[in-house]
Amino acid sequence: MSFVQQSSPHARQARPTSQVMLWVIIAALPGLLAQTLFFGWGNLINVVWCVGVAMASEAAVIKLRGKPVAFFLKDNTAAVTGLLLGLSLPQFTPWWVSATAAISAIVVAKQLYGGLGSNPFNPAMVGYALVLISFPVAMTTNWAQPVMLWGDTPGFGETLSAIASGQQTVIDGWTMATPLDEYKHKIASFTSSEVLEHPTFGEGVALGWEWVNGAFLAGGLLLIGLRVITWHIPVSFLAALAFMSLAFGSNADEYAPLSLHLLAGATMFGAFFIATDPVSAATSRQGKLIYGAGIGVLIYIIRTWGNYPDAVAFAVLLMNFAVPFIDHYTPPRTYGHHKPRRGVPGRSRG
Amino acid sequence: MTQFWEFPGGIHPAENKHQSTQRPIRQAGLPDQLVVPLQQHIGEPAQVLVKVGDRVQKGDKLAEVTSGLGVPVHAPTSGIIEAISLQPVPHPSGMQDWCVTLRPDGEDEWRKRHPIKDYRALERDQVLGLIREAGISGLGGAGFPTNVKLRPPRDRKVSTLILNGAECEPYITADDMTMREKAADIVAGMKVMAWILRPERCVIAIEDNKPEAIESINRAIQGTQIELAVIPTKYPSGGEKQLIHILTGMEVPSGGIPADIGVMCQNIGTAVAVADAIFEDRPLVSRIVTITGEGVAEPGNFEALIGTPISYLLEQAGLDAERTNRLVLGGPMMGYTLSSAAVPVVKTSNCVIAATSAELPVPPPEQPCIRCGECALACPMELLPQQLFWHAKAGEFEKAEHLNLFDCIECGACSYVCPSSIPLVQYYRHAKGEIRVQRSEQEKADRARERFEARQERLEREKREKEQRRKERAKAAAEAQAKKKAQAEQSAPSADGDTDERAAKAALVQQALARKKAKAEANTSEAAHDKPAPDAPDIETLEKQLAQAQAKLRNMEDMLKEARSKEADNVDKLQRAVSKNQDRVKRAEEALAEARQQQGGQTQSQSNE
Repeated sequence: MSFVQQSSPHARQARPTSQVMLWVIIAALPGLLAQTLFFGWGNLINVVWCVGVAMASEAAVIKLRGKPVAFFLKDNTAAVTGLLLGLSLPQFTPWWVSATAAISAIVVAKQLYGGLGSNPFNPAMVGYALVLISFPVAMTTNWAQPVMLWGDTPGFGETLSAIASGQQTVIDGWTMATPLDEYKHKIASFTSSEVLEHPTFGEGVALGWEWVNGAFLAGGLLLIGLRVITWHIPVSFLAALAFMSLAFGSNADEYAPLSLHLLAGATMFGAFFIATDPVSAATSRQGKLIYGAGIGVLIYIIRTWGNYPDAVAFAVLLMNFAVPFIDHYTPPRTYGHHKPRRGVPGRSRG
Repeated sequence: MTQFWEFPGGIHPAENKHQSTQRPIRQAGLPDQLVVPLQQHIGEPAQVLVKVGDRVQKGDKLAEVTSGLGVPVHAPTSGIIEAISLQPVPHPSGMQDWCVTLRPDGEDEWRKRHPIKDYRALERDQVLGLIREAGISGLGGAGFPTNVKLRPPRDRKVSTLILNGAECEPYITADDMTMREKAADIVAGMKVMAWILRPERCVIAIEDNKPEAIESINRAIQGTQIELAVIPTKYPSGGEKQLIHILTGMEVPSGGIPADIGVMCQNIGTAVAVADAIFEDRPLVSRIVTITGEGVAEPGNFEALIGTPISYLLEQAGLDAERTNRLVLGGPMMGYTLSSAAVPVVKTSNCVIAATSAELPVPPPEQPCIRCGECALACPMELLPQQLFWHAKAGEFEKAEHLNLFDCIECGACSYVCPSSIPLVQYYRHAKGEIRVQRSEQEKADRARERFEARQERLEREKREKEQRRKERAKAAAEAQAKKKAQAEQSAPSADGDTDERAAKAALVQQALARKKAKAEANTSEAAHDKPAPDAPDIETLEKQLAQAQAKLRNMEDMLKEARSKEADNVDKLQRAVSKNQDRVKRAEEALAEARQQQGGQTQSQSNE
């Protein structure tokens, strides 16, 4: 008789990483659906393309590193990175811009740092920020206008060929500044009510965008319900953004109103899907609250006083920098200790 | 209803307890051989009191601990001592240890017993002595000698005595079945402990998933002061620290013991053993063991003699060796695997799981940590398992210690929930082991360094003393030399210094040179007939001596200046040396002037010739 020799515990009941990632994908689908309904086929095409490029890049690097390709691809993390990137890029982003983003996300931001679990920065946001800085025109002028505003919405084939050709003249007819962009640039010369007359704001907060944000919020709540993520980061993120808006930008004739901040950009997507990436986020409960709040504050600062109308990527990346620091100073108090042991071990010890 | 405090984290693993509670406790009976290890728990191993071939009666002492922490070991039945040898014992490493092998004679004949009717008539120390003599060590975990635990340090008053019937580990039902069937013994044992400790509060804590045990205990405590606490089922509520928190809201200080906060936990089985020891004079020769898992046909609990081979119990439970893939001693969360069933039941063995591969599957390969934080949510000690893992893996043990690695109770909750299938507890054990090794090596190194430094210091001191003596001798010699020279060569100023040995030496050399030169010159003057007389010092030598004396004086003056500016304590000495040198320079000048005069006279006389 020979028995298995193993160290305890012998029982385990974990949701494997692949399944966690699958839930993230599922929870993002309502948002993708809303994007497709209100802004056409662009996001769907972007998602498929980015997922494909991301997984191919992942496979290539893993092969180069001499590791089992199937084992690592099966964890679904590359697919999630591709998905998040596809969801955040403008609808008519030329294919090579999205490919650059996806490749740099996987190869540079993830694999060069050691692969899954070792990347200090959110890979999708590194890819996004990189192309936003490198291709500012393609990344700001390619946002589709809501389908309701254009009787002659480009169909799947037209969208695909526009993305594949990247012909700006064709694309220009279907695009429109995003509500955050519109408000930011018009409010200097117009009153709030004048700015809001623009069709992009629609009847509610921001035509289409409010539904997209609502769908990501619903998906995010599903993730919290499934315990894939905890409430700490999204709640502190949104609370900090709301606080900043109410404290510093309550005058709608000068600053974008809170409703626009919450429902017009990538806010909900960022709060529930981007900031909650566990690898690049803070870990302890207290740390998560600080991390989320930091992102919320930075988003407001960049949107209001910076050059970019939306700022999720930069805010997340900046707080990624702070994560090791936050983690060192926010450990929980261990049972039987009076205080948490903050900081790093002293040099004098040992 | 008593107030409970919830501990953070924890998990709800599948209980799998119903399989082994379907049948009452069975008597395992007498196996062919009993192998009784001499060390069954922490403390010192016991010393054998019997020889091979001896006949012993049930309850006779086989071995005793004479010094240090430990309790005796008794013969589980009557029979012949067959061997005293190294045998495999239950241990994660599968190691061997000294055991007494007893062949039962089938009589199961007791030694003479002296039950105590009224222990209250005895001194407390006498009762503690009886508990020790009965070989009782904790039946729950590490097996700490019960008599020692029942006498906490004098300054620690135990105000709450807890009997731990939580039994939170899946599969194990030994305490559950004991509570169902031996509630009266449990209460009797607890009363003895309470009489010894005089606590203000006595609690029996049971998880709410054991209704039969709760009912049974509830009946038994009627008319006593003992409190029954039915606590919510959550692993690891039966962990000593967690149970104390649940019942009192207090935390055992890190590195401390429960008595530090006036609490003591005892195991259900230990209470029964205490009652048996006092009221029946029955030492700890048997215990209740759960045999369960899908690998056995009739899972259940057995009352097994200490030393009974686990294989014997598995057979009685209907082991299907083909299907059994893994043997776990203890529970599925904290137990360890056995490589063979040929190890004996010891005082701390509470459960054996014969698991099939479907039941406790081999975990999938380890994946990278994605920092999801599930482990931190599950940790009942509020540690950061993920950071501990990083540091343990990277060998950064100092950082792991900083994050309270040693507060980890190895409950396994973190590994249980890890989506990346990382054997976290194994990493922590490794890190703890490494740190312990490093600490002991550090201690050794410190001792060695201290010894080395002491030796170095001694050698230095000896060298210094030797040097000092040598200098003194040299100085004395130089002084003597200088005196001699001064007497011998009064006309020629001596260039030797009496301040140090080097100067003395240099002076000697100088004199020797001067003599040689004078001699040589005398020779040449003899040959040429035109040289000064050999006894008169020549001008050249005198000039040289003057220059040397002046240089020395300058040197001395510099030294004196420096010493003054530093306020050194050799100022006086230097002052004397300077004045001495000044005299010397003067003398040299006079000598030179005189010599020049003489020469002038000679030259004149020569030219006159």
